[in-house]
Amino acid sequence: MNLRSWQQNNKSTPLAGYNFGFMDDSAKKEVRRSLLKAVAIPGYQVPFSSPEMPIARGWGTGGMQITLSLVLPQDTLKVIDQGCDDSVNAVNIKKFVAKVAAVTSTTDTHRATVIQTRHRIPEEPMTGEQMLVLQVPYPEALRDVEPSELETRRMHAEGDYARMWLHLYEDIVRYGEISISYRYPVTVNDRYIMDPSPIPRWDVPKLHMSETLYLFGAGREKRIYAIPPYTSVIPLEFEDHKFRVEKFPNPCQRCGSTNSYLDEIINDVDGSRQYFCSDTGYCDKRCT
Amino acid sequence: MEPLLKARNLSKIFGSGCQHCIAATGSEAETNVCPHCNSVVACNDVNFDLFPNEVLGIVGESGSGKSTLIKLTHFEWETTSGELNLHRSALPDGLGELLADTVDQYTRNLFALSQFQQRQIRNALMGIVYQNPYLGLRMNISSGGNIAERLLGAGWRHIGKMRERASELLEKTEIPISRMDEPPKNFSGGMQQRVQIAKALSNNPLLLLLDEVTTGLDLSVQARVLDLIRNIQSEFQLSMLVVSHDLGVINLLCNRTMVMKHGRVVESGLTDQILQDPQHRYSQLLVASQL
Repeated sequence: MNLRSWQQNNKSTPLAGYNFGFMDDSAKKEVRRSLLKAVAIPGYQVPFSSPEMPIARGWGTGGMQITLSLVLPQDTLKVIDQGCDDSVNAVNIKKFVAKVAAVTSTTDTHRATVIQTRHRIPEEPMTGEQMLVLQVPYPEALRDVEPSELETRRMHAEGDYARMWLHLYEDIVRYGEISISYRYPVTVNDRYIMDPSPIPRWDVPKLHMSETLYLFGAGREKRIYAIPPYTSVIPLEFEDHKFRVEKFPNPCQRCGSTNSYLDEIINDVDGSRQYFCSDTGYCDKRCT
Repeated sequence: MEPLLKARNLSKIFGSGCQHCIAATGSEAETNVCPHCNSVVACNDVNFDLFPNEVLGIVGESGSGKSTLIKLTHFEWETTSGELNLHRSALPDGLGELLADTVDQYTRNLFALSQFQQRQIRNALMGIVYQNPYLGLRMNISSGGNIAERLLGAGWRHIGKMRERASELLEKTEIPISRMDEPPKNFSGGMQQRVQIAKALSNNPLLLLLDEVTTGLDLSVQARVLDLIRNIQSEFQLSMLVVSHDLGVINLLCNRTMVMKHGRVVESGLTDQILQDPQHRYSQLLVASQL
């Protein structure tokens, strides 16, 4: 079912007085055009206008604009925040999209057609039928080594990444290893260095040669970028200091999973450390 | 023997420029500011050949265009006009296309290349040491890291090997290896200058550009830095372009010398010849005031 036939069957838009998907058609078209360019140049940051949304910039407006430009009424939407389906921000975004675009929502990764996320990639493997939309606070991977936008753009254009590598070298000299725990820089398609959004190291290998289309939206910084399916995504590493993911000493105390990313939670009563899956949908599924 | 580098008609004009600029400036006019349009003719019509393993000196007073020449050669500033051609024997791998449409042994004009290609050439062939170590070094990054930056730019991805190379160079430039992971801002001026030299040597350059390297150092430190440069030059078989206003430095290091004044080369020849038998009025003044 395409949008036009849906609109013929339904006399008004899902939310009376507003266009389907809240954004007007030309704004959605602009986002989709930026997405097409982003997919065509993997890892390249495409500027877009990022119009006002009904939530503040920096609260997921980039991801929300991508989601709203892509969803159709038959889509099933999942929204997570740090792996959690029930956090306030995730629930509100999910409700909003359901209201303005009449999508059904779910917490099941497997059933969702579009997943919008902040800071995590779901544990369950995703397929080529699905899309993952990531909210991005800082799209520029080189920002920590170079404050000027003009200069970082030149560095990207010329593939001049020595200073990013130097940053990692200094880390190793100072701490014995690379100390970046999230926002770990990656090289996409042997060309651009890209910020994978603040996902933990655990999730970085999931980006490599994935079946799924990954879309990144930074609403405040007005940038869109993408990793198309089956694209090489290699974390920056040295021959004698390899990239590695987090290790967890214990399994999840709720579902017993030993191969998922765990949150450490301090028990308020006795002060003990407890470990639970950060991906609540995955944990729930294993418990039922 | 053929020159490693040929520079022809190098000019750099700051400002709008007009038709009178060239005629109204220079050593005859005793100014490098055009009286018609106020443009500054930083250097004009400079030609030189730099042979393999040769040290060419550029001497002159402040504002005579010496450093401009270095900055143009290092692709830091765009030239107003001029050509720079590199001998094919020195051309780094992967840049063979620069020879495609030339008939002789030289590349086409390096000033006409993209910034990307210029950086490739710079990374592969050139090292530079500035008068002010703050220009050549990242003061908050370890000395080893400063040296590694060039290696990383050239595609090195092995920490152990880079640290080995860095300690080798620091040893050569007489910096204690134990201070390799300290940032240069903790070092004295002479040490910073030696770290700069180590950094400039990291990529095994063919061409070393020295811009007033000893100015501002005290005499005994000056002597050590100059000694170091001499040793390095003979050990690595470098070609060097040495800018200085100090005839002592020029005398010690250079085979041939150009004297600049108001953006023009007023005299050039063997260093001994210029020091003992200066022809141009300004060279005579320079040599006389040295004694």
